[in-house]
Amino acid sequence: MSVAEARITRLAVERSTRGEQIRELAFRAALLFSLGFGFLALAVLLIDVLLDGASLISYDFLTKFPSQIFPERSGISSALQGTLYLMVLTAVFIVPVGLATAVYLEEYADRDRWWNRLIEVNIQNLAAVPSIVYGILGLTFIVRGALDLGAVLLAGSLTLGLLVLPVVIVVAREAIRAVPSSIREGSLALGATHWQTIWKQTLPGALPGIATGVILALSRAIGETAPLILVGAIAFVPFNPDPNPAEGQYSAIPITILSSVSNPDSDVQALASGAIIVLMAILLVMNGGAVYLRNRYEQKW
Amino acid sequence: MRKWLALAVTAVMALGVVACGSDDEESNSGGGGGSGGDLSGNIRIDGSSTVQPFAQAAAELFMGENPGVKITVGGAGTGDGFERFCRGETQISDASRPIEDDEVELCKKEGVDFEEVQVASDGITVFTNPGLEVKCLTTAQLEKIFAPNSTVSNLSEVGPQLPDAELALFSPGAESGTFDFFTEQINGEEGVQRSKGIQTSADDNVIVTGVSGEEGGLGYAGFSFYEQNQDKLNAVSVDGGSGCVEPTSETIQSGEYKPLARPIFMYPSAKALKQPEVKAFMEFALENHQEIAEAANIVPMSEQQATESQSKVSG
Repeated sequence: MSVAEARITRLAVERSTRGEQIRELAFRAALLFSLGFGFLALAVLLIDVLLDGASLISYDFLTKFPSQIFPERSGISSALQGTLYLMVLTAVFIVPVGLATAVYLEEYADRDRWWNRLIEVNIQNLAAVPSIVYGILGLTFIVRGALDLGAVLLAGSLTLGLLVLPVVIVVAREAIRAVPSSIREGSLALGATHWQTIWKQTLPGALPGIATGVILALSRAIGETAPLILVGAIAFVPFNPDPNPAEGQYSAIPITILSSVSNPDSDVQALASGAIIVLMAILLVMNGGAVYLRNRYEQKW
Repeated sequence: MRKWLALAVTAVMALGVVACGSDDEESNSGGGGGSGGDLSGNIRIDGSSTVQPFAQAAAELFMGENPGVKITVGGAGTGDGFERFCRGETQISDASRPIEDDEVELCKKEGVDFEEVQVASDGITVFTNPGLEVKCLTTAQLEKIFAPNSTVSNLSEVGPQLPDAELALFSPGAESGTFDFFTEQINGEEGVQRSKGIQTSADDNVIVTGVSGEEGGLGYAGFSFYEQNQDKLNAVSVDGGSGCVEPTSETIQSGEYKPLARPIFMYPSAKALKQPEVKAFMEFALENHQEIAEAANIVPMSEQQATESQSKVSG
């Protein structure tokens, strides 16, 4: 390298550092601003809700029934258990159906066939359909119409299940695809059948990803209000859900929150904060579970 | 397999919580031991969210005396409530306006007969931000503000003696019985109202917050929402042709607060009224309507109206 060339390079570096420095700073400020914006909004919301509702949280709040006359003695027992029961039933519905669909699409479906591509595109589109539409669907085909279940818990969880099924399918497919084909080929080469390979190799490998997806899907379902209103979840239910999900009426925490917030009595309105805290606690536990499952069982191939 | 086990444990834990809850339920329903509570059965109530607090308070008091009866109360809105009611999905429908012709038609088609029973009163209250001093508006002035083609943006446009203030308008949304009633009384046709320069919300508390938070805030909602927020709002008297009348429990109950005072209803189906627990509940609600209305922050009806309602239920 000649002396002249070296000088030019150094000049270029110096010039760029000055410009870069400013840009670097601006970029970093923009990043911090974005982070701060999201964080601040969340923090304000959390603090506001905690200030309003933390004093409400007690054993009684979780085990008593709603009350208009004595808001201070009111509880969310029926809503809490309704929500938990809804989630369990939704999981029971979406895990086998979602998993089977994902296995079919990943392992069996021939992508060259137009109907398989049609199914794929439809599933991706379904994930973006507004939840109220699922509510209308649930009301027309599950509560009334074809299934005619009535406004019962089973109908609610089937509707929520339909709502989050596309998410489960998409996530489960990703998880199955992440299992390297060398594993499958090895299994097949050793004489295992297609089915044995899926059941003994592919699915166990994909399970942590699938479990995480299911929990995240349920976290979406747990906060849904609009479809539940349509399929007949009710705000004031003075009894816990019937063990038989096809029997009796039920409530859910989002419905309680909505109903409390629109009550003229400010004491009843305050109950919403308590219910929000409980809902967030459940969400936190669920998301924590998802993180745990992922970290504990994730496989590095 | 450990992974399957982890999943199974999660599911079992979730189920466990639900199962524990079911035990509570049995001990609760058995432990009432009140007086004369040999009635049993389920009563499903749905409909107007304005009536919901009343129905809920009535249900609580009634269930205190009759632990065998389970009453649920929803707040789907007057219209959706009637739709469920006419399909036989509920026994009693709450309504903040009388049933409409097409709803009567639907009920008839499905073979559901019903009684219209007034349970309390309400007066739609027009209120402003305390900083916007308005004593009284005539119905014509209100129409000028809320009419479908209205472009009024400053209060002085509707009357020369009114303050010169930019308006921030708030109102309930189209699904609400309050909206239906207000638009019919003020704009002359149900369901029509200006859509520009106005913020609507299904939640009346949002209207209260909006009006109390904006300098030129003006809006309307059920009387109880004003009553619970008197310190933050200024109620506007309404002149329906015979002088300005202030919205108070008395003027609403007597109907003097024209034309925005309205009865609110429960519609039990004729079939349900034949069930002893439904009949007992309706009679209970009417007998104790004063106390229930107070607990629900709703204006009670007059004794004369109560007697009339009682004759419908018992007859």
